[in-house]
Amino acid sequence: MAVQDNISASAPRTSLLNDPVFRGILYQVLVATAVIAFISWIVFNTAQNLAAQNKTTGFDFLFRTAGFDISFTLFPWSRSSFYWQAFLAGLLNTLLVAVIGIVFSTILGFTLGIARLSCNWLISRFATVYIETIRNIPLLLQLFFWYFAVLKAMPAVRQSFALPLDIFINQRGLMVPRPLIDHEFTWVIVAFVVAAIGAIVIGRWATNIRTLTGKYPAAIVTAARAANAAVTFAMGYLAFMALGALLPALTGLSSLPLIGAVVLTAMTFTPASPYVRSIIAFILAWVVLSFVLSGMFPSVPSVVISVGSAIAGVVLGWILLDGADGRASEGKFPIALPLIVAFGVPALVYWVTGASLQFEVPVLNRFNFDGGVQLPPELVALVFGLTIYTAAFIAENVRGGIRAVNKGQTEAAQSLGIKEGDRLRLVIIPQAMRVIVPPLTSQYLNLTKNSSLGAAIGYPELVNVFTGTTLNQTGKAIEVIALTMAVYLTFSLLTSAFMNWYNGRVALVER
Amino acid sequence: MTTSALFVRDHFIDPKPAPGRTGGPILWLRQNLFATPSDSLLTVLGAVLLLWAVPHLYNFLIGHAVFPGGTVEECRAEGAGACWAYIGARFNFFIYGFYPIAEYWRPNIVFALGAALIIPLLVPSALFKRTNAVLFFVVYPVICFYLLNGGVFGMRYVPTEQWGGLLVTLIISLVGIICSIPLGILLALGRQSKLPIIKTLCVLFIELWRAVPLITVLFMASIMLPLFMPTGTTVDKLLRALVGVTLFSSAYLAETIRGGLQALPRGQYEAGASLGLGYWKRTYFIILPQALKHVIPGIVNNFIALFKDTSLVSIVGIFDLLKTVQTGSDDIEWAAPNQATTGYIFAAAVFWMFCFAMSRYSLWMERRLDTGHKR
Repeated sequence: MAVQDNISASAPRTSLLNDPVFRGILYQVLVATAVIAFISWIVFNTAQNLAAQNKTTGFDFLFRTAGFDISFTLFPWSRSSFYWQAFLAGLLNTLLVAVIGIVFSTILGFTLGIARLSCNWLISRFATVYIETIRNIPLLLQLFFWYFAVLKAMPAVRQSFALPLDIFINQRGLMVPRPLIDHEFTWVIVAFVVAAIGAIVIGRWATNIRTLTGKYPAAIVTAARAANAAVTFAMGYLAFMALGALLPALTGLSSLPLIGAVVLTAMTFTPASPYVRSIIAFILAWVVLSFVLSGMFPSVPSVVISVGSAIAGVVLGWILLDGADGRASEGKFPIALPLIVAFGVPALVYWVTGASLQFEVPVLNRFNFDGGVQLPPELVALVFGLTIYTAAFIAENVRGGIRAVNKGQTEAAQSLGIKEGDRLRLVIIPQAMRVIVPPLTSQYLNLTKNSSLGAAIGYPELVNVFTGTTLNQTGKAIEVIALTMAVYLTFSLLTSAFMNWYNGRVALVER
Repeated sequence: MTTSALFVRDHFIDPKPAPGRTGGPILWLRQNLFATPSDSLLTVLGAVLLLWAVPHLYNFLIGHAVFPGGTVEECRAEGAGACWAYIGARFNFFIYGFYPIAEYWRPNIVFALGAALIIPLLVPSALFKRTNAVLFFVVYPVICFYLLNGGVFGMRYVPTEQWGGLLVTLIISLVGIICSIPLGILLALGRQSKLPIIKTLCVLFIELWRAVPLITVLFMASIMLPLFMPTGTTVDKLLRALVGVTLFSSAYLAETIRGGLQALPRGQYEAGASLGLGYWKRTYFIILPQALKHVIPGIVNNFIALFKDTSLVSIVGIFDLLKTVQTGSDDIEWAAPNQATTGYIFAAAVFWMFCFAMSRYSLWMERRLDTGHKR
């Protein structure tokens, strides 16, 4: 038996190459040498090339006059502005698109994600088709489509499409009214912020009391009744005004909105209060549907559309009546109260301080629109394309997040008798958010990075203005590209820092 | 708080009546379209939208469209839909770009060979997987290069400036995919490595590429790469774009593969070590096969992203599918109101077909390799 006792002996002598520690060091030294050699080779070549072209390096070009035009800037721009201002203009334009795109794509993405999981067969198919189509087509192609095939094919200025709210769309982009605010209006904004915070505080306090005692405090109930009446008055007024617009026969009765609103408001204090909601819903559904449908189907006679909409309105009113119960203001959360506080207080401040908010409406002149804000078609196409594209990805994240919540959670909530809407809002979404937020943040980052494609359709964002025009004019390739990359790197780092912070805050705390 | 009475329900809800139907189309409608009032409302709105959109779409794409063989006058007529005749007339340009017409057989062989090699590679039960993979990943690119470039065996030399259309799109995505796999694996292994210098370099590489948009990478490749090379060397424009796309994509791939490496239980590493296998053998025989299998769907998703991103090379002036379509829309000969739209719809359909096929494949693979996460 040739069993050797090696225990007492020293470790067997092996080749130095087989020693893991030595090998690790060797590999690292080799790799580091290779990388350093490669980088020095590049630096050497670059220096030589630059010397051959008689170029110097340095950032002093930033303080020279740019001498080119930028079609859309957020601050006054002239040809005599400096290159650093061009950099800033591009950066701000990138941020503008990113912020608008993030807001809209989040809204659209969440809607689609929930729609894809909806029990409604038709709606979930809609969402599926949307997502599968949009996700599989390059963003650049979509941007070209929106820009060249849709916006550039819009009618000329004289034949602009007029959209509601004094918005016009034509070849030169989207014309929207410009808000004109005066000095006192600042107080209204301050009041709005304060009131909104106040409304949240009141809501939380009321809910706390209810959790402890089972009832909302009497003061809240009374205030909520008053608020309810006020909201009813406003909604009723709006509904009857809209009705007047739909039915020309009613235009003679100029006091109809006022009378109608007062009657409806009075009804909220009687046992007939559940009917109020139904009536308002009926009128609004009727009017809105008639207008929308007659726009969509111009060939169908308006009588048919009007009758159809009226039937839809009746159905809606009946549905709302079905779900209403008489003790609304005592059992349910008084939603009217925070609404009234959040919007009523600023309105009061607006009235008291005499602030004025007017809109400068774009008006068609001989050659172009005057006044208002003109959003160039490049901006519109970029925001549109980015929103539609990113929303498809966000929708998938949302769906994944909701699917990741254990089915037992839904069943538990069901067995406690929580209604479907509350189940989603109180049980499923908060847990799903843990899964949704990390990929959502990277979608935001992707959107910001993708806004660089604006360069391809001529939107003056960072890459277009700086890596494009500035680089061409100055020839400072290294500096310009380094600055551009530094900007995106900063975005990236900030985003991931935020993501880590948020993740740490909402992560499941386990043993 | 001992005095507070918590909120509890004090009466029972009446039991619901037993369900009436247990099957049939009416029940299906009830459950899937009209379950609740708000559901019914959504269904009605959706149906109205469909009724409005489908006729318009049908008329544009088929009803009033001018099919191949039609004339430009028909496309210019009032109320004409999509101008498919234009696509038919310019089809070869969209596929081959400026490649000489007499030499079309060369790209055709490349397409056919590619299809012949890739289909058995994608079918899990096909035989000779290893040979097949070597042929596709190593031999095929070499053949393609000489076949397309020419200059050997009496074939005419065709410079890359003349390559274009779908051909270039496929070349960029295939080269990107083939080259970024080994690079991505190495980067992922490097990121997991215990050697600090290698790890730092890999992390830096991955994070740097992932943080910047591809378009700046392409700009950098087209402007800076000549600066980095020794004076006098010229780098082909297509090659510059290929380098940019590959490096960019390998960083993303590395992160996907890292996910697979992390998903492996520690025991697998330890078992390999206890068998006395060295790092490379352990990685090659035990770790990578399992890790890659875990993340095949993720890798396919990366390929989809890469395929879509190839369209960005049109910004640095390479004639890929999108660029040819865009050039085509300025074609005076076929100038018609819907010329541009039809071109974009065609390009979108081509991209969509490839990406959708890939995504279905990845879903199918996911189900096949079902890793036990299914509920």
